[in-house]
Amino acid sequence: MASAHSVIGTQNKKGQTFTDTWKMLYEAPRTPSFFTGSEVIKEALRRASCDVMIAYPITPQSEAAALIGELFAEGYIGDYFRGESEFAVMSQCAGAAFGGARVFTTTAGPGTMRAMENFPMWAGARLPIQMIVTCRGINSPLSIQPDTLEIAYLLNTGMLVWHAETAQDFYDWILKGYMVSEEPDVHLPLALCCDGFFVTHTKDVVNLTPADMCLPPYDPYRSPVPCMDMECPPVRMMRDPFVMKSNYISYATHASWQQEIWAAIERSRKHSIHWLNGLIDTENTDAEILIVASGTAVSQGREAIRLLEEEGVRCGLVKVKTLRPWPEEEIREATKNAKHIFVPEFNVTGWLAKEIKATIPNHERVHAGPRVCGGMTMPPEIIVNEIKTTIGLKKSFVMAGRGS
Amino acid sequence: MSKERIKISEDLYDIMPSDYQDLVKSATYGKEDRGWKDIGTSKELIEQHSLCAGCPESMAFRYILASLPNPEDTVMVGSTGCTSLVFPMVAVHNIHSLFGNQNAIASGLKRALSVRFPGRIKDVVVLAGDGATVDIGLDMTLQAWFRQEKFTTICFDNELYANTGGQESGLMQKGFVAKMAPVGKLFDKVRLPEIARESGCHYVVNCTVSKPSLVEKVIRNAVHVAREIGPTYLQLYTPCILEIGKNSMEGLQEMRDSEKPNERFAYKEYVSEPAKQLLAELAAKDKERKASAKQLAGQASA
Repeated sequence: MASAHSVIGTQNKKGQTFTDTWKMLYEAPRTPSFFTGSEVIKEALRRASCDVMIAYPITPQSEAAALIGELFAEGYIGDYFRGESEFAVMSQCAGAAFGGARVFTTTAGPGTMRAMENFPMWAGARLPIQMIVTCRGINSPLSIQPDTLEIAYLLNTGMLVWHAETAQDFYDWILKGYMVSEEPDVHLPLALCCDGFFVTHTKDVVNLTPADMCLPPYDPYRSPVPCMDMECPPVRMMRDPFVMKSNYISYATHASWQQEIWAAIERSRKHSIHWLNGLIDTENTDAEILIVASGTAVSQGREAIRLLEEEGVRCGLVKVKTLRPWPEEEIREATKNAKHIFVPEFNVTGWLAKEIKATIPNHERVHAGPRVCGGMTMPPEIIVNEIKTTIGLKKSFVMAGRGS
Repeated sequence: MSKERIKISEDLYDIMPSDYQDLVKSATYGKEDRGWKDIGTSKELIEQHSLCAGCPESMAFRYILASLPNPEDTVMVGSTGCTSLVFPMVAVHNIHSLFGNQNAIASGLKRALSVRFPGRIKDVVVLAGDGATVDIGLDMTLQAWFRQEKFTTICFDNELYANTGGQESGLMQKGFVAKMAPVGKLFDKVRLPEIARESGCHYVVNCTVSKPSLVEKVIRNAVHVAREIGPTYLQLYTPCILEIGKNSMEGLQEMRDSEKPNERFAYKEYVSEPAKQLLAELAAKDKERKASAKQLAGQASA
């Protein structure tokens, strides 16, 4: 098998040139294009040298999953099919990754929950699958609307978890995600999350890399565990199935294996910093008031900051890009001057605020809100009101129907 | 995989485990007519196992691993249960991931291997218990067949959940009293061989593992048909002697009793028309190969 490096500069069957990823993303010309988030996922996949994509319909990721089918029909993807449920699809993804393929899939909300048993298995088996999560409400009652609650469940699976704010993030991070996931010292699956509808179904200007360039292919022989293709000796990795036995060796093996997964997440830090230019982005963190957010809540926070500035209230911003690895040091440093830290979220439990409270000293500074859920939007005005009332100023806006 | 790949560097030879040295010296990777008769004269692809003494499943494992037509390019997929205690001692790449998802894993795996190795043979064989195949994993078992995924599904049917201690399963006989069936199972043994036929399997066999020559034949047929045509299914009776109250020595007799005419494991097969044609072609080639080998041997001795 040719290694990924030896094919750089050669062409695939579609005439795309395998290109060094850094050159492709940072040196090649970019073309501004006006696309929906779903179309952006397709365009990223066109350039991702993906071997296998497995699809299943669930709103709001169905369009993206179907568009990648078109890419398969055009010859850009090695194989593609519709599975029978998210549980099956995530297992099919695992099978393909065990067999040495670069694998992609998409899911959302109840689909994420149905597939959940697979995710710790993916991490434990060190399968660098990329899964797009277009977050939506989790039943019941039935909802298809945007809500980020499912991310809370993904945080302890052993997967890398990133939360994109915009379609541009999405485009770049799909390609960068494989670079981080497939590093031999990481080799973990990535849940690349966005807020459904807000990102998938709205149009935005996204700067695309050239369509005739694509990522170097995945090299399964850089994996820290053997690829299941009978191309390397089928050595008995265990002389005894010790993980199934009730003895100290079996517990110690299982424990060290789990610790290794979390150590691999830690090791992904340096690669994520390299590719994402840091795990967080910051603006004006010398301000006494800070908004810390991830996903679409960052955009709403940014607009709230503009409104507050008009009223003479200065407020800084921290955009959290990776949730796993968790940017612990970065958040401590960025929040050290803040007296008030607001964490706007699109979910009922406030999982991001809880993570931040567990990270920083004097966590009474954290105001876990405002929060919306079940598909409600978060107008920047409610962030402004929350901030102003908390610091003892009068509300700026009357919010109809929101009990204000 | 070429047999070259398992060779040991001379400098490291003496520190390699002896069972690995044996694999290099006398395993039957790449041997064209490998089969159950190699057992006892060559290194088997299964090392010691931790199944109960006398467990028919261990016999089934040995026969199957001796009979795979192409172990050097075969990847096996298992599931949770007694079989998952054995796979770590098997010298063929194998995957355990979750309970019941084996046919979904195999679907993704087979497709990945087809994308990565176009024009090369890479066989995929699923081997799981009846709980995994028929109960928790039935959806994925059937859907893989509907999609005509090109791999073999083997079900070790012991008619109950053995590894968790003998609970009722879908393949249990009606009326059998077991854990979770305190007044006896209330519905019939699921007719999976018939369902397999209707779901698109091209080669289906229901039998016991009492005769190694029969196991060899059906394994070879199932793998060849799956490789060339589409899904195949083998349901093999491997009784759990522990849970049905038998002694270590009684497994073989239990299988013989259950395969008599009109018993539930009387030999039953279904072969689709394209599969019949393929198997006839393979049998003709085999005959030709054996005849020419005989001729060569005759010339050599003359």
